[in-house]
Amino acid sequence: MKITDIVKILDAQVIVGREDMDYSIDHGFASDLMSDVLTLEEEHLILITGLCNNQTIRTAEMANISVILFVRNKQVSEDMIELALENDIIILSCKYSMFRTVGLLYENGLVPVY
Amino acid sequence: MMHTEFIVVEGDFANAGKASSEIKKTLKQLNIDNQKIKKIVVAVYEAEVNAIAHAYGGTIFVDLDEEKICVLIKDKGPGIPDIARAMEKGYSTASAKVREMGFGAGMGLPNIKNNVDELDIQSEVGVGTEIKMIVNFNS
Repeated sequence: MKITDIVKILDAQVIVGREDMDYSIDHGFASDLMSDVLTLEEEHLILITGLCNNQTIRTAEMANISVILFVRNKQVSEDMIELALENDIIILSCKYSMFRTVGLLYENGLVPVY
Repeated sequence: MMHTEFIVVEGDFANAGKASSEIKKTLKQLNIDNQKIKKIVVAVYEAEVNAIAHAYGGTIFVDLDEEKICVLIKDKGPGIPDIARAMEKGYSTASAKVREMGFGAGMGLPNIKNNVDELDIQSEVGVGTEIKMIVNFNS
């Protein structure tokens, strides 16, 4: 699934990575608990989360996660944007709830990690 | 042989992950296998968050040679009264602040254990905790 498709499906905003709209990912994982994210062996997935702080970006950095999608209309800080740019992480944001977001992405073919 | 040290400040969540990030950059420059790098940095990051969340600050000592990386996280207390219990998945003494950061669910130490080849935890209540972890590059 391309970033451009995700944006369309969720009416999402691209916060970081406007030049990566063709970047494609197959797998998604949704969690607000970063320790659970850090147990994943799968890489280059999209992390769907409502946890919006520096630790979300750091977790993605350590776990080689390439795309973060914030749900529930979270506001991304300048610090987070800077960290994401440093680590080539794409950041998206949408207004939908976590449930609605994962439902739509699943329906459109995004595959769960497990 | 390479030696680096990082200072960890109590409650400094804004900078949690900085040391792990630096370690990741160094290992990448040395062309260490990506899977190994991930194991190391996930373990160090969990430990770094622990030191910031639970301890009164501390120091991370990193020793690196061709065969392995050894990371020692030494904090200034308060110490862990029951290490066996702290190693159990789901056991946590984390504050609300730590949970807000996306941690504190009792997964940190089990996560560390799963990612390293050797783990040694020494702790004295009122004095501090020392967590030593080793990952071999060729195993």
